[in-house]
Amino acid sequence: MEKVGIIGVGQSAFVRGFPGSIRELAFEGFKEAMQDAGIPTKEIDASIICSAPEYDKQRSPAGVFAEYLGLVPQPTCYLESLCSSSSMGLRFAYSLVKSGLHDVVAVIGFQKMSEISSAESQERMGRGADIQWESPFGTMMPAYYAMYARGHMEQYGTTLEDLALIRVKAATYGQINEKAVYRRPVTFEMFSDPESPMSNPVANPLRVGDCCANADGSSCIIVANEEKAKAFSKKPVWILGLGAASTTVNLAGRDLFSGLTVAQAAGEEAYKMAGITAKDIDVAEVHDCFTIAEMMAYENLGFAKPGEGKELIKAKETYKEGSIPVNVDGGLLSKGHPIGATGGSQIRTIVLQLRGEAGEMQVKDPEIGLVHNIGGVGLYGNVSILGR
Amino acid sequence: MGKKKKEVDDRFKRFGTVSFTSITKINDFIDYLDQGKIMGTRCKECDLFFFPPRADCHNCFSSDMEWVEVSGTGKLVTYSKLEFAPIGFGDDLPYAIALLDYGDYKMFGRIAGDVPEDEIHAGMEMTARVNTLPNGQLNYVFHKA
Repeated sequence: MEKVGIIGVGQSAFVRGFPGSIRELAFEGFKEAMQDAGIPTKEIDASIICSAPEYDKQRSPAGVFAEYLGLVPQPTCYLESLCSSSSMGLRFAYSLVKSGLHDVVAVIGFQKMSEISSAESQERMGRGADIQWESPFGTMMPAYYAMYARGHMEQYGTTLEDLALIRVKAATYGQINEKAVYRRPVTFEMFSDPESPMSNPVANPLRVGDCCANADGSSCIIVANEEKAKAFSKKPVWILGLGAASTTVNLAGRDLFSGLTVAQAAGEEAYKMAGITAKDIDVAEVHDCFTIAEMMAYENLGFAKPGEGKELIKAKETYKEGSIPVNVDGGLLSKGHPIGATGGSQIRTIVLQLRGEAGEMQVKDPEIGLVHNIGGVGLYGNVSILGR
Repeated sequence: MGKKKKEVDDRFKRFGTVSFTSITKINDFIDYLDQGKIMGTRCKECDLFFFPPRADCHNCFSSDMEWVEVSGTGKLVTYSKLEFAPIGFGDDLPYAIALLDYGDYKMFGRIAGDVPEDEIHAGMEMTARVNTLPNGQLNYVFHKA
């Protein structure tokens, strides 16, 4: 079977208030990925531009980016699945390459969230859910995930203290990731300190410390067929498994509120394609848009049995030295979550880990890594498994 | 002689604090809310019931629907009280969004503002009633059954 590889990865720093336009933001991730790949731009046969719409004024950003990045006259298009847009981009790049239609494809994710206020941003995010039947009630992402947090707590007795441990871990690694937007430490005690912003309620039971940081950022992944990957790259990372799923947008259509069915389904599909199980994963990036999201990911991906995710974090098994290191780059919680750029950034982290180039964040000699990227309120799920 | 302006049926703009939809085939839903009734639709072809109501059946592709009133009580599945609101909803704070399970279907809405917070718990029986918001818009909220 012809393999598909990743030969270049890049991302901008994730920041508050990027001092430039979206095309200039995209340039940063693209430049790093192209320098990583070490190939001239003419080798890119097509580009896929990924973001969640309506954070900036540009309609159809693909054309603008292709021009600015020197990717014309090759085909380009825009693709979105909210927060999982660039993982979905990887899935489509894989199929373009696997089909033989193109040899090398660039997946470029971006989001410039700082052009609008936080309340406007919450409204945009809320409208990623059902605008006819839910948004008129005043919904926003933290409140939706808070409903899952309550569901998990009801079902399994998970506590706010358990969730705080996940944020403390994220901050441990956010401090050593020079690309992260939130570089400060977060202590367990901050969650019970009324003076600390971390303890402020957002949508109960979730507090400020349970929520990821909005950020501006871009990412880029260069995908190539086996022949080109071997010719261009000394250390290609191979795409071993891909899974994707959706569910009803309206929560009224769902039955599970202590986990995400899209993550379960995408995970199973990806494991099956790769011919492995959860036990084979050496390092993982999961979509911790909220602390509860990481807790559910442990269980939905099979790192822990349902309800036992809290034991993993209590035992520090998801720290760098643990049995299944998760989000040792700070995750969305501390690295930041520039929506369309997030999947590409997660993929970049795993590629660097597999190549042994993750610096201070490097886990010991990983062979297989996993990326779990969720769009909307558990609406779209993508799981990608990568290996050396 | 100007052209006569075509009447637009945009009744759905009255749904919720801020409606993001104005024109839909199930606009009669709003008239029922005016009468104090929360309605779903049932496909006359295959008998499938929908809440929220739909104009089209994805099961048999029929668009021949009848309105059926939602009644009885549901169990509170989960909820969240917001301390911070998206733009356009700030005047409603604090409020709780919630999901009720009626058995055959579920309903997404808000918990009535007068339900004491310490009495709210998952599994409690609640019933949805039509509510007029301070800005004159309509929605439905969950009361203790």
